[in-house]
Amino acid sequence: MSSAPLFEYLLRLGDDRLVLGHRLSEWCGHGPILEEDIALANTALDFIGQANLLLGLAGRVEGQGRDADALAYLRDAPAFRNHPLVELPNGDYAFTMMRSFLFDAYDVQLTGALQRSSHGDLAGIAAKGFKEASYHVRHSGEWVLRFGDGTAESHRRAQEAVDELWRWTGTLFWPDDVDRELAAAGVAPDLASLQAGWQAMVADVLDRATLQVPRVVPLTGRGYRRGEHTEHLGHMLAEMQVLQRQFPGAAW
Amino acid sequence: MSRRSDGGTVREPLEVLRAVMDPEVPVLSIVDLGIVRGTEVEGDTVRVDITPTYSGCPAMRVIEEEVIAALKAAGYHEVAVRTVFQPAWTTDWMTEEGRTRLREYGIAPPGRAETATLIQIGRATRRVACPFCGSQDTEVKSEFGSTACKSLHVCHACRQPFEHFKAI
Repeated sequence: MSSAPLFEYLLRLGDDRLVLGHRLSEWCGHGPILEEDIALANTALDFIGQANLLLGLAGRVEGQGRDADALAYLRDAPAFRNHPLVELPNGDYAFTMMRSFLFDAYDVQLTGALQRSSHGDLAGIAAKGFKEASYHVRHSGEWVLRFGDGTAESHRRAQEAVDELWRWTGTLFWPDDVDRELAAAGVAPDLASLQAGWQAMVADVLDRATLQVPRVVPLTGRGYRRGEHTEHLGHMLAEMQVLQRQFPGAAW
Repeated sequence: MSRRSDGGTVREPLEVLRAVMDPEVPVLSIVDLGIVRGTEVEGDTVRVDITPTYSGCPAMRVIEEEVIAALKAAGYHEVAVRTVFQPAWTTDWMTEEGRTRLREYGIAPPGRAETATLIQIGRATRRVACPFCGSQDTEVKSEFGSTACKSLHVCHACRQPFEHFKAI
């Protein structure tokens, strides 16, 4: 197997975590209560830490001398391989928690399976990621329960959030040639095999939260694999990357 | 003791590392914390394997520098620190001595890590004994605390807020 598909796959894993970690870090200093401010900063730190490990590994696999920082700060939006779900702006707290829950429920399935990857370094990173995903999903899931089964206002906002976000969940389980090749090599799980566990967890929590599973059909497609993103990613990267773009190599 | 090539002796690496403290919980040595996964001495050279507690643990680089400094001060000429990820760190590796020190410091030590693969959302969290008065009448205030490894609790018996080292 050439290293190109593995590099591509590691970028996907790393970019999801980098982008969601950055989005969550935007709440730092703006959380609705102090405990949530701390919770999201901690969760963001977990994701950015995972991104650092995965992009570092990607750089070594690529073998062109790029490290995690070069991949994080010196690529433009079309080179990012994250799912559109994680790049959407934060919205209100119900939207942020619902997006996190939909991703965390996927992440539990994904990292759970990746612990058995035939790629030793990836399996090790995933084993740690699985422990982190397990308490991330308890945190976000409990907020979905609280919002959905809370006041009329919190219920309305939580339902609107899931209605808007649902369409963006389709790409999570939509494999392409890279996914298939790595699954055949035992490096990555078969994406389709993860979907049932995700659906069961999401349906259970939404039901207990008195929320409706949206009827809209999620968008699939692979445009984002070619770097076609929503307009939001470029704006996010402009802010995330400005320092390294203006002062290349700055360190402190 | 290990014998050096010049005939002198140096202390065993693990013994030296018992004096290297976790920068975020300074009563715990990195050996008590369970993140030192192996040491190997060859002549004046020592290799140390450490594993991170959390993926984003900001203390890892400081710990690595302190490991190198401590072993060099102890007489090793070459120190190589390697970060390993498998098996993933669990609080079950924390020593009894470390748990006692944490409690004395006012942080409730971790219970057994749950190994069940079933993740329950919205379940009642396990009660953590208050490190100050020992009461079980405590409540979790936040699953996240001042560092990634801790959660926030309050004791209803002595009214004292406290931190708990999360079991993972």
